[in-house]
Amino acid sequence: MLPAVDLFEYQGKQFFKGYGMPVSDGEVAFSVDEAVAAAERLGTPVMVKAQVHTGGRGKAGGVKFAATVDDVRTHAGNILGLDINGHIVRRLWIEKASDISEEYYASFTLDRSAKKHLGMLSAEGGVEIETVAAENPDAISKVLVDPAEGLTEGAARAWVEGANLNPAATDQAVEILRKLYVAYTEGDADLVEINPLILTPEGRVHVLDAKVTLDANAVFRHEDYAQYDETQPRDEREEAAHAKGLQYVGLAGSVGVIANGAGLAMSTVDVVNQVGGKPANFLDIGGGANAQVMANALEVINNDPDVRAIFINIFGGITRGEEVANGIIGALDAVDIEAPIVLRLDGTNAAEGREILAPHLNEKLVMEPTMLDAARRAVAMAAAAS
Amino acid sequence: MSIFVNKDTKVVYQGLTGSQGRYYGMLNRDYGTNVVAGTNPRKAGTDVEGVPVFANCTEAVAATGANASCIFIPAPGVFAAVMDAAEAGIEFVACITEGVPAHDEARFFNMLKRDYPHVRLLGPNCPGIITPGECNIGITAGHIAKPGGPVGIVSRSGTLTYQALYELQQKDIGVTTCVGIGGDPVPGTSFIDCLEAFEADPDTKAVMMIGEIGGSAEEEAAAFIKDNMSKPVSSYIAGVTAPPGKKMGHAGAIVSGGKGTAAAKMDALRDAGVRVGLNPTEAGELMAEIVAEL
Repeated sequence: MLPAVDLFEYQGKQFFKGYGMPVSDGEVAFSVDEAVAAAERLGTPVMVKAQVHTGGRGKAGGVKFAATVDDVRTHAGNILGLDINGHIVRRLWIEKASDISEEYYASFTLDRSAKKHLGMLSAEGGVEIETVAAENPDAISKVLVDPAEGLTEGAARAWVEGANLNPAATDQAVEILRKLYVAYTEGDADLVEINPLILTPEGRVHVLDAKVTLDANAVFRHEDYAQYDETQPRDEREEAAHAKGLQYVGLAGSVGVIANGAGLAMSTVDVVNQVGGKPANFLDIGGGANAQVMANALEVINNDPDVRAIFINIFGGITRGEEVANGIIGALDAVDIEAPIVLRLDGTNAAEGREILAPHLNEKLVMEPTMLDAARRAVAMAAAAS
Repeated sequence: MSIFVNKDTKVVYQGLTGSQGRYYGMLNRDYGTNVVAGTNPRKAGTDVEGVPVFANCTEAVAATGANASCIFIPAPGVFAAVMDAAEAGIEFVACITEGVPAHDEARFFNMLKRDYPHVRLLGPNCPGIITPGECNIGITAGHIAKPGGPVGIVSRSGTLTYQALYELQQKDIGVTTCVGIGGDPVPGTSFIDCLEAFEADPDTKAVMMIGEIGGSAEEEAAAFIKDNMSKPVSSYIAGVTAPPGKKMGHAGAIVSGGKGTAAAKMDALRDAGVRVGLNPTEAGELMAEIVAEL
């Protein structure tokens, strides 16, 4: 399964605009000069906004008001390259500044318990919704939408009226939130969030920020979503794994982990931790465990300089032990692995698989009978090599 | 006895003519499952190794009396496949296909509930269901399951389902039915559905439950166990050490903030009297203790 697709604020706004929602004019900039040129075209005042896949941009100094083009130059220079929660700012969104009377919060996501869509709306926008939920839960108006029925005008209006927005905002809010629901469902989003949705002094309701997470499983019916692939936050290791179609998540330890199946891979990470080691990654090679997939996985792990030992944890279900064993041998022929490998092979025809592997065992390739034994061995080998 | 499927279950394979459908359909038939039909509108009238292929489920049901279906249709066609099975009057639908958009899942789940409340959907993105010795629908390797009971298994993860079956087989413990509910955001069948059925099944004396981080399904199951289960339960939750905010493969396995963490789930389960293992082997050992006490 593919992971979710996170959009930058500006991508989210363009996504919303496509569904007829009111957003500000703006331009993307990758350098100070581009930011200045954008501001000159848009006309000051503008906002200079860091585009990163994390929250807390304002507090980190990543969002600044610029009254003049000189201000844009100063702020763009300060914000580009800024580290916000480990995310380095490489692009800016330069947007026409808006006057704000009131700030609201609005979102849709799936309520997994109710198995329905949950809309949340609050007159207390512009702050973290988690804080509002904890300190003043009554300030959040909620609506549960049956996915088989959709969001009716009447339900949308009752929802909006429950949020106690400024009455001047009600009609526009109903219209915008119905469009937000359409964007959420037809656009196959896991999450759409506007914080803040603003009311201007002139009485216009307007989208001032956008957080959108798309469902990667729906890419087949949205050809344009391919454009978001290159802007996903991945470290070098994750990028290499992604290119090979592997399910990989980078972690900070020294024991490389390969397993077949997401649950088993998670469980393998758990067991490495439980015996006192630190996993370097999560890597799920899926059910098959053939030589090519195994070689790709080993190559990705081999390129991680922090890896001191590799733990391969395979449970043969339909895939038989012999196939797994031959896959591993094939992979070891194809890739020159530096770190020692500990192997645990269990399940269907595990004995036959182990027999095939036996002549290949040496100090760089060892086998252990259980998951726990293999984890202990791998952790000990990693410690010895550090 | 068993839950949901047994030796009398007759299964139509939606997508039997595809490579996955054919491979697992034939493996399931070899296991002893009544594989009575396949569907493919473009290949109606043909057969796959003697199994007749029909244009849709309605025709397949009319000709063969199928009462269950197994979906191997690629993700874009799953919505239509689920509705095809429901319209045909099929009562049990196991959807193996992974990568189904969450909005499709939410829609067909609620449409089934509204228009076809008698239909039980399992999955999508699940390994299927096996009543050892009687009926195997999906991609579970049948020979790692010992028939007969007394343990029922319900799991959110594919490979850990196999691991659980294997742990019990190694200890010579039999299984009534093993249900893989899948790790997607809107599973057709929940932990609670399975726990309720196991509680009602006279041959199931204990239940092993394998969960994952993310969501609140395990917490809800714990509340159900506390209030409604007389039978003992052992459990394991994968992802104990997953870093918050990281997505680990399954769409379902996402931890955000303090919600849905393995620790919270394990606490809820322990509070309900469930014996919780820190890894699959330990959960198997705990189940062996439970079985010895029966």
